Amino acid sequence: MAAPAQTVEGKRRARARRWEHLGAYLFLLPNLLGFLVFTLVPVAAVGLLAFTRWGVIDRPQWVGLRNFVRLLSFHSEAGHTTANDPFFWQYLGNTVFLMLGLPLAVAGALGLALLLNQRLRGMVAYRTIFFLPAVCSPVAVALLWKWIYAPDFGVLNYALHMVGVANPPQWLQSTTWAKPAFILMGLWTGIGGYNCVLYLAGLQGIPAELYEAADLDGAGWWQKLRHITWPLLSPTTFFIVVMGVIGGFQGGFTAAYMMTDGGPAGATTTLMYYIYRMAFQWFEMGYAAAIAVVLFLLVFGFTLLNWYLGKRVVHYQ
Amino acid sequence: MRQVAGKAAAIGAAPPPQPSPGGRRSEGRRQAKARRWLVSALCYLVLSLAGVTMLAPLLWMISTSLKAPGRVLTFPPRWLPTEPVTVQVEGRPREVVEVTHHGHRVRAAIMGVRPEGLVLRELGRDNSKKTPLSLTLSQGERGNASSGRTAGANPAEWVQPDDTRVRRLERWAPHWENYAQAWGALKVESGFFGLLHNADGLLVFYLNSLFVAIMVTLGQVVTCSLAAYAFARLHFPGRDKLFLAYLATLMVPSVVTMIPVFALLRRMSLTDTYWALILPGIFSAYGTFLLRQFFLTLPTELEDAAKIDGAGRLTIYWRIILPLSKPALATLVTFVFLHTWNDFMWPVIVIDDLGKKTLPIGLAHFQTPFLTEWHLLMAASVIVMMPVLVVFVAGQRYFVRGLVLSGLKG
Repeated sequence: MAAPAQTVEGKRRARARRWEHLGAYLFLLPNLLGFLVFTLVPVAAVGLLAFTRWGVIDRPQWVGLRNFVRLLSFHSEAGHTTANDPFFWQYLGNTVFLMLGLPLAVAGALGLALLLNQRLRGMVAYRTIFFLPAVCSPVAVALLWKWIYAPDFGVLNYALHMVGVANPPQWLQSTTWAKPAFILMGLWTGIGGYNCVLYLAGLQGIPAELYEAADLDGAGWWQKLRHITWPLLSPTTFFIVVMGVIGGFQGGFTAAYMMTDGGPAGATTTLMYYIYRMAFQWFEMGYAAAIAVVLFLLVFGFTLLNWYLGKRVVHYQ
Repeated sequence: MRQVAGKAAAIGAAPPPQPSPGGRRSEGRRQAKARRWLVSALCYLVLSLAGVTMLAPLLWMISTSLKAPGRVLTFPPRWLPTEPVTVQVEGRPREVVEVTHHGHRVRAAIMGVRPEGLVLRELGRDNSKKTPLSLTLSQGERGNASSGRTAGANPAEWVQPDDTRVRRLERWAPHWENYAQAWGALKVESGFFGLLHNADGLLVFYLNSLFVAIMVTLGQVVTCSLAAYAFARLHFPGRDKLFLAYLATLMVPSVVTMIPVFALLRRMSLTDTYWALILPGIFSAYGTFLLRQFFLTLPTELEDAAKIDGAGRLTIYWRIILPLSKPALATLVTFVFLHTWNDFMWPVIVIDDLGKKTLPIGLAHFQTPFLTEWHLLMAASVIVMMPVLVVFVAGQRYFVRGLVLSGLKG
């Protein structure tokens, strides 16, 4: 007699659980739908598109590895080995070059955070000022710096002129100086921005006893920075570097679009801008997808590498 | 705290502090005070210098936006929106200069610029014209002649070898009407759901941006908080695996999804509509993650009590979880709003119609017809930037907290 009662009870419980699960899925549904349609499926789709030739209006045509051969491989011509797509390599170089600003941005953000961390009056006001460039519309920032960099009437060249630089660079119109100009602009927006706030939070997490102990040991400020602050901030630094590299690989679109159109002579075209033009100006969707896949693998590889290296360098408290 | 310090002192090389006579102690205290004062003074100095450097480009933007059209491309550049002081002499406006000659100072009007120099006429104290032509100066080089710098077409002052200095008088003259001009410089035939006809460009872009940013923010708050509640509090098969999938996609760069999403929207004939701007924005793994982390920190007692009272999950979500999560929601709102407001690449890709452009791509569109009219470009830029700066300064607290929350606890 007891057994059937239990099954009835068990059935009811199972039904209740099913209801509960159904309810949970309903909560999840709107977000999950978007997640599937706009993230998960596209990630899979781009992997397929990369093996096709597709000009948007026609149907995608399977071309096997041809896109990747065109992108990554080399051919011999009259004894010279040239890349099938030399632009890709140039733009990859540009992208990496622009990331040279990252160490400067990290150092600047740390320096600023150390100053802002002093218990002094008015620090919130300073923090706000330094953060302002980071929330400015990137398009407006690009326009502003284009005006600052203007070779003849630009205020930067006038300032250089004042301190006695006879032939200031042509900035955005020079193949040599366009990239440093981008880096400088990036530092202006980057130093006081997100990284600095992260460092500030990190600094506030370091226990004061450590510094007190170091003071009693007669440690100078450099020793304290070197042996306490820097190691204990290493998780923050690690995070900033990882995010910086990920962002760096995808960077340069707004600046290139607004300021140089990728020029002069391709000097400021990054991979991101190349993908944009390939897909949305030249409508080579398949090839653009292939570049996007390579970019993704680069980001992924560097993140893994960072992770691996980070494990050895980062001290967690 | 004290224990650690004491131990370190015992281990360290420094001798334990000696009890010193009162005089020496106060001397030492004074020294420490002086040093602290010096350090903070140095801090303020460096911060102020850095702050001025950071602010200078923004101030330059505002200054340029207030200049008269003819006063933008001057060399040397003027730091402030100024204009030459003029006075009517012989029926025409003349620029006024101040002439210093061996310590003697007079005001004069420029009557003409000749190859051999300036022709000036001295002015009375009230700018009334006085004696006729009194001074002719050669248009010499600015500063000392040996540096080889030329004064340019529009010098602020001339210096003569015989210690005569001629300085243009300029007055503060901001042209606020530049903003009105920038506001209406582009005309949009039909924009914002076709409600506005032949409207001012920036007005249309503003409304578009506001509409899109509000929709995306609302949508994301709703979908993400629902999903985050499910991930944080409800039980269902596959929950943790699914959450892991969400986490993994946080690392997928947007460039990867860009092309297929565009293709999909095009397939559904949604490109060049507001849907293309809103739909992909309202589901985010990041927002879900942020809120889930916050929900997990909330105590469960209230929910248990509500359950005993027979409250359903929707009631708990709506009456307990959401009200308790105001700080996290505020963080999400600031982030999403700011991001959508400033987003550039995606609107560039999916929007063509001028009437549907958001502010950033509208501003980019500005560049073509007003290529060198920097005063208008800068005025438009200031108009685009201002609301964001205001929102930032108002929501700063949440913003900073959100950064820390999302940055390091992941």
